[in-house]
Amino acid sequence: MTVTTASVPKIGRHFRIQWEEAQQAYVLLYPEGMVKLNQSAGEILKRCSGETSVAGIVDDLEKTFNAQGLQQDVINFVELARQQKWVDVT
Amino acid sequence: MTDLAEARLAEQSAQIGPPLWLLAEVTYRCPLHCVYCFNPVDFAKHENELTTDEWFKVLREARELGSVQCGFSGGEPMLRDDLELIVAEAHRLGYYTNLLTSGIGLNEKRIDALKEAGLDHIQLSFQDSTREMNDFLSSTRTFDLKRRVADLIKSRGYPMVMNCTIHRHNIDHIESILQLASDIDAEYVELANTQYYGWAQVNRDQLLPSREQLERAERITNEWREKHGNRMKLFFVVPDYYENRPKKCMNGWGNIFLTITPDGKALPCHTARMLPGLEFPDVRTSGIREIWYESEGFNRYRGTGWMKEPCSSCPEKEKDYGGCRCQAYMVANDPDAADPVCDKSPFHGRIVEAVERAQIAGNPMQVKPLIYRGPKESLQLDRPF
Repeated sequence: MTVTTASVPKIGRHFRIQWEEAQQAYVLLYPEGMVKLNQSAGEILKRCSGETSVAGIVDDLEKTFNAQGLQQDVINFVELARQQKWVDVT
Repeated sequence: MTDLAEARLAEQSAQIGPPLWLLAEVTYRCPLHCVYCFNPVDFAKHENELTTDEWFKVLREARELGSVQCGFSGGEPMLRDDLELIVAEAHRLGYYTNLLTSGIGLNEKRIDALKEAGLDHIQLSFQDSTREMNDFLSSTRTFDLKRRVADLIKSRGYPMVMNCTIHRHNIDHIESILQLASDIDAEYVELANTQYYGWAQVNRDQLLPSREQLERAERITNEWREKHGNRMKLFFVVPDYYENRPKKCMNGWGNIFLTITPDGKALPCHTARMLPGLEFPDVRTSGIREIWYESEGFNRYRGTGWMKEPCSSCPEKEKDYGGCRCQAYMVANDPDAADPVCDKSPFHGRIVEAVERAQIAGNPMQVKPLIYRGPKESLQLDRPF
């Protein structure tokens, strides 16, 4: 299944995302492991609630950061995150 | 302290990252008697366990510094009847909580209480794939129980992480171990070759597999990966005795790992208390911040400044930080030496000798019996490894 603007990503069942003050970053936590997310990865993943489509996430990001043309970057990242099982996509 | 020394200390603290990984060894007590246990051989001397409130203090202070992954191990952590309280506090503080258990004591009532407390993950250990070998290697009758616990873990929605320590006596069963992992629907499988610390060091010559055994096991693991794809994530850890360069032990001394022993010693790794001439701080009398940034125990082997030859001029010194201090002490009798696994070490021959002995066919158990971990044996041996 390919990620499109209509896809709805949700953080994977065995993963948890949270802000870590000491690292000044969002991290993804899973059994005995952790991925420190860069800013854009963190901003995308924290919006993967299972309630918003990729289009909605792009819209929110573009408004929040006063930016344009983020759609392809978001699709690419969600696809990568899906392959890593960080997100489930429906 | 001079201004210069103070400035240096401040600079050093700025470079030292937080103790991201906190390993809470809540007890050395264990119902199993595994011959490769990494607990100190003299564990029975360290009975004065931290109280519930003392664990709360450790969790709080480490979290303030940035600890985020928290493992509960032992011994068998289920033997603490306040484990649910400790896990609940860790969860409340924002840790990702991992329970590393043999499964003994994990019944329906307690798994529900742990789930309620916010436990994120359970790693279940097996000793082998059959009842006979599992029960022989742990000197208990626990195989059937572990199978039931595996089902219980799954039924509560936890990912199944199965761990099996690999050595000379079970490495040839790798296919059936993988089959067992598949049967219990494991998502992650750790096939970790024994590391030679604690009881494993006592039994080293009986546990070290031959090169042929190792190659076969690796080949079968790779074939399994090809055949079954990504469904189970397999980790196969080679014993470092078969390497020419040492492992980057604990990802660097005092770099990300902080272990707290059952009796409250703070260590850079769970076996470091064996090292001579180093006083490790006690969480009953020191705060975690002071322990992590300022104590002699944590600063002694940080970075590369402590090294001598062949490490100090080695172009790879930043890659492996000279390997493991405990292995240097156990094999070269000098905790400041290069890890003898490294072929640049003048003591590498001692590793080679052990490896050569492991190539001799036949059953080494016939030569020397395995020594099972237990409190009586611990007091009799009365030594750290």
